[in-house]
Amino acid sequence: MNLSNHIPILIVAIPLLAAFLVPLIGRINKKATGILTTLALSVSLILTIALAVKILTVGPQVYVFGATSPSLTLPSGLKFPIRIMFQIDAMGIFMGLITAVVSFVGAVYSLIFMKQHSGLDKYYSLLLLLTVGVFGMEFTGDIFNFFVFLEIASIASVALISFRGIDLGEPAEAGFKYMVVSSISALVVLFAVGIFYGQYDLLNFAALANVIKYSQLDKIALGILVPVLAMKAGAVPMHMWTPDAYSEAPAPISMILVAASQASLYALFRVTFSLYNITLNTLAVGWIIIIFGLLSMFIGVTMAIIQKDIKRLMAYHAISQTGYMFLGVGVGLAVLANPVALKQYGITAMEGGIFHIMNHAMYKGLLFLTAGALFFKTGTKDLNKMGGLAHSMKYTTIFFIIGAAAIAGLPPFNGFASKLLIYESVYRFNPLLSIIAMLVSILTLASFVKVFHSAFLGPKLPQFKEVKEVPRSMVFAMAVLSCIIIFFGLFPDLIVKNLVHPAVMSLIEQFKYTGTVLGGM
Amino acid sequence: MLFAIGVVLIENGVNLFLITLGYRKGAIAPIYTQAPSGQAMVLPTPQALTLTSIVIGIATTALILSVAMMIYKHYGTLDTDQVRRLRG
Amino acid sequence: MLGLLETGSGFWSAIIWIVVVLVIGSIVIYIRNKGEDSYKKNTEQDKPFISGNPEKSKENSHLSASHIYWGFTEALKGYYNPLVKMHTGNINDYSGWIIVITAIILIMVGVSG
Repeated sequence: MNLSNHIPILIVAIPLLAAFLVPLIGRINKKATGILTTLALSVSLILTIALAVKILTVGPQVYVFGATSPSLTLPSGLKFPIRIMFQIDAMGIFMGLITAVVSFVGAVYSLIFMKQHSGLDKYYSLLLLLTVGVFGMEFTGDIFNFFVFLEIASIASVALISFRGIDLGEPAEAGFKYMVVSSISALVVLFAVGIFYGQYDLLNFAALANVIKYSQLDKIALGILVPVLAMKAGAVPMHMWTPDAYSEAPAPISMILVAASQASLYALFRVTFSLYNITLNTLAVGWIIIIFGLLSMFIGVTMAIIQKDIKRLMAYHAISQTGYMFLGVGVGLAVLANPVALKQYGITAMEGGIFHIMNHAMYKGLLFLTAGALFFKTGTKDLNKMGGLAHSMKYTTIFFIIGAAAIAGLPPFNGFASKLLIYESVYRFNPLLSIIAMLVSILTLASFVKVFHSAFLGPKLPQFKEVKEVPRSMVFAMAVLSCIIIFFGLFPDLIVKNLVHPAVMSLIEQFKYTGTVLGGM
Repeated sequence: MLFAIGVVLIENGVNLFLITLGYRKGAIAPIYTQAPSGQAMVLPTPQALTLTSIVIGIATTALILSVAMMIYKHYGTLDTDQVRRLRG
Repeated sequence: MLGLLETGSGFWSAIIWIVVVLVIGSIVIYIRNKGEDSYKKNTEQDKPFISGNPEKSKENSHLSASHIYWGFTEALKGYYNPLVKMHTGNINDYSGWIIVITAIILIMVGVSG
């Protein structure tokens, strides 16, 4: 049995198996739950890196469930695929790498962070289920399978957000709001799946992309899928669940929730690029996505400046950075039907937007972890009560400076590289958009200077006299993310040429997506 | 709260929509044993999709009701105008 | 090895940037270390200047987070007040926004095709 053929399913199956083993092991030994989680997620990380190397050298991979061999897409005698399959191309493995790194770092961080809570076996098994859901969303090639994994991820994340709701009231309220929002969005996605099935009798992405005509029902399906998936990613004006959910969750869970939101952003790109491609009116839909991006950027950052709670502030910044991704890919979509403009600046805009997804997951994760470290040591999230912590928490200060400089787009970190790509290409599309993007970048720097001043600078306050540095596993988790940020900042061309450019090309060229499944037509 | 009932209503509606997609005029249930030959059958795939969706709906309803119970324990009320401590 | 990133209209290299910053920074530090002749340590020149007022203790003069950027938020009050009022925290409004935006985009996509 050639094990390397089965890597796609092992990436999803190993955390799933561990998620069901953790409560059993929790009855025997409480500490072993955390160690089992970290082991399972590290195996997933290694397998994802191996799969990435294989995809970037050989080509997109397909894994069919329940066939005699994993790449038997067309059953004998039939002309379209009927089994559920995973279809992983360069864009899917790009998002998969982000999820693998973020979930592994989150599990390492939670070993100490959640130590004084009870019910830890449920926490770890829910964390593994959330990771399984997000991996499934990014790897699947079947539109109903996407709905199932979306629901798995949202149920697991609701339970994790209201984890602290036994003692306090606010996490329960945040969990309720997130549950209502994600239920509505998932059911609307199911409605769109029903429309596709009723018209074409197919559920596979690639087979649908082959036969789709832009009829009236398809327009309805597109018209309800775009706002609902954008809402799951946190676009304004449907963004109001984001600050509540991100601020009341425990700090490592906020980080993995960011990865889950980016996975639904990936689904939006997959639907508009690979499913419809040029058959839709690219200028209209492109401008809708660009306007989402502009509103998110501006309103996100102006609401962030006036916040008093450190995690709500960072959640508003997550909304604003998602606006950058919408802007970059929206410009790419708007010029998709125009080959000259596409080659000139469309591809660069999409590269900037997609590179920004990975950068955002890294530095936003680092910032959430430092906020968690502050909360762990001082017991409060209110910025008015903190002050002068740089004297005692030196490592946290350095990591916060790296994260804040990266998010504001200061050279030489990776934020600057992706923002430069977006600025230069969006300017050639329409200069006004680029100017608003730069203004938002300045306001981002302003609000992080505010956080840095009120939490770290200043004299040592008497109520924080015995605050020391955070324990070593948390420092290790933050150091992994900082090393990735510095590496991406120093050598951006390696990442763009090897990881981002194949992802962009696999989104634009639709025939490669369908050709892998339908056998090279 | 009324939102929990609303979510259940939307989910029932979408399930009904999925089931009716498979209907073919004058056909019988898609079971092979002792079926009269040459007879058209309704499509079985939407039935599988709807079963999956009903099961997911059970998990969603259970979770949303337990979170509503936790809100009642801490806030004392289920009115959405009062459950607003997180705002701004 | 230089880490050059080609954008459509230029290039960016982080390593060249770091080298240039180090060179210019060392020139600046060299000029700064030459010193200033009229500075005497531990005299009146060391204390902060607060226009003749007595200096409060360092713990009391730490600016807390709600008061930073007061000028910015005060100047944009016409923009901020409606915006903060819209974030009510009420879940009926959240679903209201979702339905309205979905309807608008459905009409836009359906009409423009």
